[in-house]
Amino acid sequence: MRLEYFQMIDRISLLDPEARLVRADCQVPDESPVFEGHFPGHPLLPGVLMIETMAQIGGWLVLATLRFAAMPFLVQVKEAKMRTFVVPGQKLEAEARLVHDGSGYAVVEASILSQGKKVADTEIRYRVVPFPNETLRATMLETARRIGVPEGFFHAA
Amino acid sequence: MASTFETVAGIIADTSDIERDTITPESHAINDLGIDSLDFLDVAFAIDKSFGIKMPLEQWTAEVNDGKVSSDEYFVIKNLCANIDKLVAAKAA
Repeated sequence: MRLEYFQMIDRISLLDPEARLVRADCQVPDESPVFEGHFPGHPLLPGVLMIETMAQIGGWLVLATLRFAAMPFLVQVKEAKMRTFVVPGQKLEAEARLVHDGSGYAVVEASILSQGKKVADTEIRYRVVPFPNETLRATMLETARRIGVPEGFFHAA
Repeated sequence: MASTFETVAGIIADTSDIERDTITPESHAINDLGIDSLDFLDVAFAIDKSFGIKMPLEQWTAEVNDGKVSSDEYFVIKNLCANIDKLVAAKAA
C-alpha cells in the first residue's frame, strides 16, 4: 500500500467472476506521512483509508466483471465497521463479493481481514458510467496489470 | 401477496424517507416525490432485489435524455410498476 498515492491494493490473489469474488493482498507500510498525523505517537491506519481499500477492491471486481468497459465511482458506503486497530507493517487481505450488477450501478460487500480475522467490513455502492476519458481508462488498465488482474479481463468476452 | 404498487410504494417510503401516504400511482418519483439520483439507486436496488429483475435504468435514462420519451413513461409510479410487471413477465417467460 502506498497510502499517500491512494494505492491500497498491492496484489490480486483471487479473481473469480463466477463466484463474483475477489481477494487481494495489502501490506500496510511501516512508514508513511499519514502516520505522522494519525496519530502522533500512536500510528494507525485511518478508518477512511480502510473504507477506501474496500471501495478499491470492490471496484476492481466491478471493473473486471465489466471487462473494463465502464468505470465504477463510489457513491455510497453503508454501515462501515472498523472492528480493530490496524497498525504500520500489518499484512491485510481485502475481499469483495458482487451482490448486484445493476443497470448503471453495482453493489458489493467488502471486508478487510488480518490473519483470517475481519478487521473492517461494509456494503459499497457504485455508479457505473462510461470512462470520462481515455487517460483514466489507460491508467486503470496499467494499474490492473501491475496488481495482477489477469489479461483475460481486459477485453470484451 | 402485495401488489406491485404496494411493494414499490413501500420501498420508496423506506429508502427515501417519504411518507407512505403521499405516494400515489400518479406520483412522479422525481418531480413530485423529490427522489434524487442517489436515493433512486437505493430504490432501484431494492426493486431489483425484491422482484428478481434488472431494471434497464441506463436505457431508460438515455431515452429520456435523448427526448425519445417523457420521463413520465418511466418515473410516474404507475408506469414504473407497469414496466416492472413487464420485466417480471419477461423473466418468467
